[in-house]
Amino acid sequence: MATELMAAETRPKRAIRWHVGVFLAPAVLVYTAFMILPLFGTLQLSLFRNIEQSQVFVGLGNFRTLFGDPNWSVNFWNALRNNVWFFIIHMLVQNPIGVLLAALLSSPRLRFTAFYRTAIFVPTILSFVIVGFAWKLILSPIWGVAPHLMDFVGLKSFFTPWLGKEQYALTALSLVSVWQFVGIPMMLIYAALLSIPDEVIEAAECDGVTGMAQFWKIKLPLILPSIGIISILTFVGNFNAFDLIYTAQGALAGPNYSTDILGTFLYRAFFGFQLQVGDPNMGATIATIMFLIILAGVCVYLFLVQTRLRRYQF
Amino acid sequence: MSTATRSLPRAIGAHAILLTYTAIALFPVVLVVMNSFKSRAGIFGAPLTPPTPKTFDLIGYTTVFGQGDFIHYFQNSLVVTVASLFFVLLFGAMAAFALSEYRFRGNTMMGLYLALGIMIPIRLGTVAILQLMVATGLVNSLTALILVYTAQGLPLAIFILSEFMKQVSSDLKNAGRIDGLSEYTIFFRLVLPLVRPSMATVAVFTMIPIWNDLWFPLILAPSEETKTVTLGAQLFLGQFVTNWNAILAALSLAILPVLILYVIFSRQLIRGITSGAVK
Repeated sequence: MATELMAAETRPKRAIRWHVGVFLAPAVLVYTAFMILPLFGTLQLSLFRNIEQSQVFVGLGNFRTLFGDPNWSVNFWNALRNNVWFFIIHMLVQNPIGVLLAALLSSPRLRFTAFYRTAIFVPTILSFVIVGFAWKLILSPIWGVAPHLMDFVGLKSFFTPWLGKEQYALTALSLVSVWQFVGIPMMLIYAALLSIPDEVIEAAECDGVTGMAQFWKIKLPLILPSIGIISILTFVGNFNAFDLIYTAQGALAGPNYSTDILGTFLYRAFFGFQLQVGDPNMGATIATIMFLIILAGVCVYLFLVQTRLRRYQF
Repeated sequence: MSTATRSLPRAIGAHAILLTYTAIALFPVVLVVMNSFKSRAGIFGAPLTPPTPKTFDLIGYTTVFGQGDFIHYFQNSLVVTVASLFFVLLFGAMAAFALSEYRFRGNTMMGLYLALGIMIPIRLGTVAILQLMVATGLVNSLTALILVYTAQGLPLAIFILSEFMKQVSSDLKNAGRIDGLSEYTIFFRLVLPLVRPSMATVAVFTMIPIWNDLWFPLILAPSEETKTVTLGAQLFLGQFVTNWNAILAALSLAILPVLILYVIFSRQLIRGITSGAVK
């Protein structure tokens, strides 16, 4: 590289380049102190238990409690199951809708695309508090907006207070979350579609591959890497989610814990809620499980799905 | 451009689907803002119509401004967001410059180390972060939030900015070196101005999650003094469950600043996403 040659010529054999350290230090210090060390600190805390005011090493005891003690395990498996369902809904609804919208937006010479793009992305920038509450109001039987709207299409009889029913609440909230975040897959896929070279599309057209066939056979394989990225982003986001459930259903993730996910479970374990006393060590244990789940997802993604990512490593 | 045969029905179909989805995306926002300007009877009587002179009422807004200390929360959010943003951009750009400009031992490792935080959420370290803040006496201070958000924003900022800094012409930097400029001057005077557009992109990406975050304000700074607007709105909404005017007004007040900023910066944001830096 020309840069390195020049640098070598202008500064021959000066051993320590202090400025490199100065440029790196602030970021590395803040990042290490407030992100990496606490993360490892949390992992470490999960191996200890507070017995008579002092931290005692208990090995994997906390994990045994979490998986085996009915006081914890019932809630834990419930939260994990719910979280998996939360993720499945996102994968099945959010990402296909995102791909569909992106495919439509990228169709050649379609007008008003800037407007559609901007408008569809609006929910993504709103805070969970707004989204959670706004949908709570809309779906509320007291206000009656949802049944009123369903009446227009003759479905009024299907309305029930979804957020208040155990069997529907989680799915309803997952769909609200889908509504909020559909802009992200849409944008990323849109960017990927725009970056497909014109020649490829032209070649396809010369061979008579157009319309839907063109999308399935030419474009979809080319945007698969982006779909991989979206999947892992969704995975990490979902297994780390908290705010929406907390805002819409409170820390108890009602009705009857039916919308409890790992994030809300962690919050309750850590801080305690109502009669339950907060336990930092159990909180750390749950955080460790979440860490392992997310790490596993990221590893699967890096090693199996996406070898192409190499380009983005420094 | 390709000369695809464009059929009118297909264009109409595309517009129909996109318009439908746009309506779904905007409907809740419009509904909330519209109803916040109505009287209670208007809200429940005709939720889907815009306020008429008969139903127009600002009672919700007067309640919000009378009860909640929203101006103060707003200030807190602003301080936290602006300060975190400043540090993320400054430290992030410095680190990105070091990683993209100099070859040194451990460069790749350092890059990977700093990139870890893109995938692993900082939230998982909350238990230890709280202990750290308690130990340093930073609980219930805006400083705690600023430090955490700076750490949270850095990985992605460094990742994006170093991609852009690699594109800055090395002839320019070397010309600077020949003229005797120090490495610091080269960074602040030559490189930073050139990457300003990508800094704006990073700024938008960093800002939105900080402004909207509920988790850390709830855990690290829940006191009245340090509440951010997101936490304040959450608690306010919890208190006024039955006062629909106040709730709708508070929601609208929370939506509007973000929406205005978004409309101003949306071009930047969308260009950032579609530019390929974060594919």
